Amino acid sequence: MKLELRNVTKRFGAVLANDHLNITVDSGTIHAIVGENGAGKSTAMRIAYGFYTADSGEILVDDAVREIRAPRDAIALGIGMVHQHFMLVRPMTVTENIVLGAEPGSAVALDLRKAAAAIRGLSEEFRLTVDPDAIVETLSVGQQQRVELLKALYRRAELLILDEPTAVLTPQEVEEFFSILRRMRSQGKTVVIITHKLSEVLAISDRVTVMRDGRVVGSVKTRDTNAAELARLMVGREVLLRVEKSPAKPGPDVLTVRNLSVQRVNGVSFAVRAGEIVGIAGVEGNGQTELIEALAGLLPERQVTGTISFGGRDLRAVDARRRREIGIAHVPEDRHRRGLLLEFSLSENSILGVHYRPPAASGVGAMLLDKKAIDRRAEFVIREFDVRPPNPALPARALSGGNQQKLIIGREFELPPVLLLIAQPTRGVDIGAIEFIHRKIIAMRDAGCAVLLVSAELEEVTALADRLLVLHNGRIAGEVDPSLATAEEIGLLMTGGRH
Amino acid sequence: MKLRDLLFPLMAVVCAFAVGAVVVLIIGDSPLQVFSLLLGSALSWPDGIGYTLFFATPLIFTGLAVAVALHGGLLNIGAEGQLYVAAFATAWVGITFAGLPSLLLVPLCCLAAVLAGAAWAAIPGVLKARFGSHEVINTIMLNFIAVALVGYLTQYHYRIPGDPIMESAPIGDTAQIARLGSVIPGLPERIPLNVAFLLALLAAWCVYVLLWKTTWGYEIRATGQNPAAAEYGGISIRRQMVLTMAISGGLAGMVGINEVLGYRYRYYDGFSDNYGFTGIAVALLGRNHPAGVVLAALLFAVLQRGGVPVDAFTQLVSKDIVQILQALVILFVAAEAMFQWKWAGGRRQGTASGSAGAVPSAQAGTATVGKI
Repeated sequence: MKLELRNVTKRFGAVLANDHLNITVDSGTIHAIVGENGAGKSTAMRIAYGFYTADSGEILVDDAVREIRAPRDAIALGIGMVHQHFMLVRPMTVTENIVLGAEPGSAVALDLRKAAAAIRGLSEEFRLTVDPDAIVETLSVGQQQRVELLKALYRRAELLILDEPTAVLTPQEVEEFFSILRRMRSQGKTVVIITHKLSEVLAISDRVTVMRDGRVVGSVKTRDTNAAELARLMVGREVLLRVEKSPAKPGPDVLTVRNLSVQRVNGVSFAVRAGEIVGIAGVEGNGQTELIEALAGLLPERQVTGTISFGGRDLRAVDARRRREIGIAHVPEDRHRRGLLLEFSLSENSILGVHYRPPAASGVGAMLLDKKAIDRRAEFVIREFDVRPPNPALPARALSGGNQQKLIIGREFELPPVLLLIAQPTRGVDIGAIEFIHRKIIAMRDAGCAVLLVSAELEEVTALADRLLVLHNGRIAGEVDPSLATAEEIGLLMTGGRH
Repeated sequence: MKLRDLLFPLMAVVCAFAVGAVVVLIIGDSPLQVFSLLLGSALSWPDGIGYTLFFATPLIFTGLAVAVALHGGLLNIGAEGQLYVAAFATAWVGITFAGLPSLLLVPLCCLAAVLAGAAWAAIPGVLKARFGSHEVINTIMLNFIAVALVGYLTQYHYRIPGDPIMESAPIGDTAQIARLGSVIPGLPERIPLNVAFLLALLAAWCVYVLLWKTTWGYEIRATGQNPAAAEYGGISIRRQMVLTMAISGGLAGMVGINEVLGYRYRYYDGFSDNYGFTGIAVALLGRNHPAGVVLAALLFAVLQRGGVPVDAFTQLVSKDIVQILQALVILFVAAEAMFQWKWAGGRRQGTASGSAGAVPSAQAGTATVGKI
């Protein structure tokens, strides 16, 4: 199925989300739409799916102008969409989820057996193995995504729009997912994939459309382009995709962990020296979160066994506040849950953790907030870490993910840290900001800070780390030299295999 | 506070009066007559204004109490119990240390009011911090215990033998605080408006400073906004729960100063006209801002005072119209949270970031427990 957006414009209040877009998706191809957060790529595809209606312009399906006013219309035309956040009813079975809204049988008698047979047929045809009788919440994320795909296929979708489909998948699942997409293409389906990961675009797509600030800034055949060109188009300037760093000059041990166990962490021992970045790789949920939280002092002391020593000092009985005082900074993996007070201003957020002591607090017993000093600090962080828009009075909620992250990193770097615990530093962050954050982390290392870095992005952690630990099932499955190890080697450790 | 923050509560009040007018029409009286009676008497000089401000005093205290707790993420439905315990403690100090000079006894009584209220409120705070039991349930239950406890103490220990009324012996003369009638010309001293009203305004200012200008306030608001982030910032959430409840209870307890030291000069059982619960509505209408709380308390006091002549001088409408108006105000304020949510939803598509913040949910939470 061929899909074409012609001169599509969509405005939300003062924001021009789509500005005279022209996108052509050829039949039987995999078409990637890339762009930074807020570039308008999701909006464009939601217009094609009838979620939004365009202010002007037209949608053509197989060269005929079509009115798509609601998802219903799109489905009837054979357009399906899988959203970034799955729309599944978790306590129901796979079959029940797939037929929801298109139930087979008569109005009174639901014929689920017929549906289950149809679903089996589909999952064989596309090799999308899922048990039709399984309850959705018992399935892994990768399997749930297959249910979403089946849902669209069951509704006879000829063209599938996938919004950031790999964001939730592990590297292994991504590979499998791509082979499913290729199979769909070979069966004549058309796929539109929205993403901001360039490596995936190059791996899977036939053609790529790049968007920036609501406009299409380029549309090229994938084999005629490369990551650097795409990044330049996306960001609008030259972007350094490789991380440039000199060899580490490690000093003495700053953090020594011996036999640490807490919740999912099971007897972990390692050390981080001044002036080096120790990376922790692993499939999410293998103890990374708990490890970092334990080191930051956020887990109850009684749950923690083993020793954590910092510059020779036992940290077990030291609370989170005191740990920050002695120079342990923490950039949390989930900035909305831990890192920010979303309704507070940037100023107020810039002092979280140091709000109770000078310079943020002044007066008798440091009881009063020193507004001038706080604003000065906020303005400094905003300037040094390029937080946009640079208005300290704005609530943190008003910032994009990348700018929120820069604010947190700036706040923590201003501590200044002796040890930096940094988890998922660039999750949901634009390419331009990723480059900036990576440079800042390396600068921190070069200034003599000990850095412990956790990231689910294998590329990121291997590029930044000087030493790489692989965590599996709460244990360290191995240590590798990130400049020598291959992705396969690390992947094997991540899944519990051995060298 | 921005202008828009004032606009919504004002709209709620106007809407409430509009619907109230329809109710009056249905009953068969003239809304114009009823409302002019209501406002006219509440705002007349000196009796109307004097009593209105007197009625507003306890509502300012309880409104502030509820607002502070809400900023800390806690729903204090126990202001009623806290103010009873506090009023009794105030009277007890006033009776027990009756011989002390005024300069000593008055501050001592005030301290008793604050500490008793704070201690009573700290109980659910501790229970939540220690065992995670919900403060709404515990504050409600402590209301019953408080009322029963002070009732028992009054009945069996502090009542003058032979007194037919459930009240304590009088406090010492030196514990009394001045009525404003003694300093404001034209305001008769029989009107119980007293120094506690000024104290209430001072308390509102203090709450403002506390919440927005001090590190304590930062920690209270941070905990209320996002406990996980507050914890990350080195704030002890458990300590905050106890502290915030204590501050809230201390504010509610100050009602005892107005009641015992400035009005009846003794503990009078069952004195509270649901001040603690009305405080929830006051905080809601005042958008949890101290200035808003003062304005909202004044509005509720106007309704309360204005209801008296409505009863006496209209044909059909009784002073229950006041309760209807109060309920309507609460309903419209709650509906406002809904409007806001819709507005935010409309905007959200543009800014691509969720705007339906914690405020509507906190307000909706309050609305459902408006009066218990």
